[in-house]
Amino acid sequence: MAHMTPTPVLEPGQDRTMILNMGPQHPSTHGVLRVLLEIDGETVVRLMPDIGYLHTGIEKTCEAKFYQQVVPLTDRIDYLCPMTNNLCYVLAVEKLLGLEIPPKAQWLRVLFNELTRINSHLVWLGTHAMDIGALTVFLYCFREREEILKFFEAVSGQRMMTSYFRVGGVALEPPLGLFDRIRDFAGYFPEKVDEYENLLTGNPIWGMRTKGVAKMTAEDAIALGATGPTLRGSGVDIDLRRDMPYSSYEKFQFKVPVSQEGDVFARYMCRVQELRESIGIVRQALDGMPDGPSKANAPNVVLPDREKMKTQMESLIYHFKIITEGFAVPAGEVYQAVESPRGEMGYYIVSDGTAKPYRVHMRSACFANLQTLAKMCEGHLLADVVAAIGSIDIVLGEIDR
Amino acid sequence: MPLAPAITDIEQLKSHPAVARIHAWNAAAIQVVKFDRDEMTIVVDRSTIREVCALLKEDSACPFNFLSDVTCVDWYPAEPRFEVVYHLLSIPKKERVRLKVRLNSSSPNVDSLTSLWSGANYFEREVFDLFGVRFAGHPYLRRIMMPEDWEGHPLRKDYPVEGYR
Repeated sequence: MAHMTPTPVLEPGQDRTMILNMGPQHPSTHGVLRVLLEIDGETVVRLMPDIGYLHTGIEKTCEAKFYQQVVPLTDRIDYLCPMTNNLCYVLAVEKLLGLEIPPKAQWLRVLFNELTRINSHLVWLGTHAMDIGALTVFLYCFREREEILKFFEAVSGQRMMTSYFRVGGVALEPPLGLFDRIRDFAGYFPEKVDEYENLLTGNPIWGMRTKGVAKMTAEDAIALGATGPTLRGSGVDIDLRRDMPYSSYEKFQFKVPVSQEGDVFARYMCRVQELRESIGIVRQALDGMPDGPSKANAPNVVLPDREKMKTQMESLIYHFKIITEGFAVPAGEVYQAVESPRGEMGYYIVSDGTAKPYRVHMRSACFANLQTLAKMCEGHLLADVVAAIGSIDIVLGEIDR
Repeated sequence: MPLAPAITDIEQLKSHPAVARIHAWNAAAIQVVKFDRDEMTIVVDRSTIREVCALLKEDSACPFNFLSDVTCVDWYPAEPRFEVVYHLLSIPKKERVRLKVRLNSSSPNVDSLTSLWSGANYFEREVFDLFGVRFAGHPYLRRIMMPEDWEGHPLRKDYPVEGYR
């Protein structure tokens, strides 16, 4: 447990500072973040996040699993965007294998990845607004999020821990009629974003709590390793989906929202505009969904269809071998990064040629983004710490892993 | 698509901005270069890692101005045992490079990059906590994930997956 001692009083008459402990059981720390604050009256002098309460050793566990068994673990890192983690992991393994993925699987991945982004941003928007005191938005956001979770359930059988993307494609073909439901959702969702914006964007109280609060310059953001909307809110125009595309993102048209101010409001605007861009990508993915198989033609890596497995001897053997022995991956190392809702999510996987990964490291966006908190808050008011924590959109599962 | 064989000949890889820059500065600092699966890996001498990073960060043609990640791989029982892995990104040129330093188990020490990127702080603390690699010049090298009184470094290969009971 981290400690903090007050700065010694050097000059006579100088006010003494005090240490305030915030969390780990604090509703606005989004999980189990503990923040140590040294305060002088209402002003934060020094801030130190203390993490590790949710450390479960996932990286170590991965080393004891077959490659395909790691996929469910990746869901549990960031429980608000499971598909993004699935995607990043399977892309890295596919890069190690040199596997080519059919277009339909790539499109499905883009479709569900963007739905996940919307899901994650809705939770962020609801809780961030609730932290600052606008309670209604939370209910509105969770209303739409529920629909997205139903899509996840339809396609993977699970609402949160989806494990839908597999090495070589996706787990199952989406059920009939699901695309029509998603199209309906994509039709009315922009109006709902208008609704949220009506509640917040022009709201003078929201403006007072967010504009000019927790500012960060672009130089500081880059030096501290910030990515995603936390970086784009400070005016740095980078989005891995556009700049270093993966999974056919180069075939989609979308804008990357950037704000220059670097305050809480700028980061809020980035994410709200991303909601609109994401629903645009969802629509494009539905319109251009190619036909064909949703799994790669690699029988020793991809599990066969159930029907084939039950009727064909060869498929049954492949199924048995993949389940019991896994599949060997050529030795080598890759770093695959994707743009998660929070920033650059990266998987560094080292293979030694066996069926289990030698090392899996997750570069989590929140872990780096959390370092910006001290920069944002020191010298400012205590009440703004809550706004700053909300604005960097942390998920402690991803930070502690 | 079958995998292309890895390229390890430095003469063929000099077109890469990072290799060219380091090679022009001090050819002896480069121990191994490898271009595999579209990714460039440069193993540099451990005493030069700070200067190499400073050089790449300030490069005018292709500044690798963003430190994406710092991590470590344990090759126990082989020597040199630890490989500290740095991933740099050039935001203006959208280029990535992976730098590595190899450390012996007898003295797992390397210079800290916190003076170049303050964001290296947490990453290096994590490597220290889970691997026991020490970073010279780090402002606050304390455990970050495990409790402060924890014994051992869990991600080392000689540490059992189930922990000690």
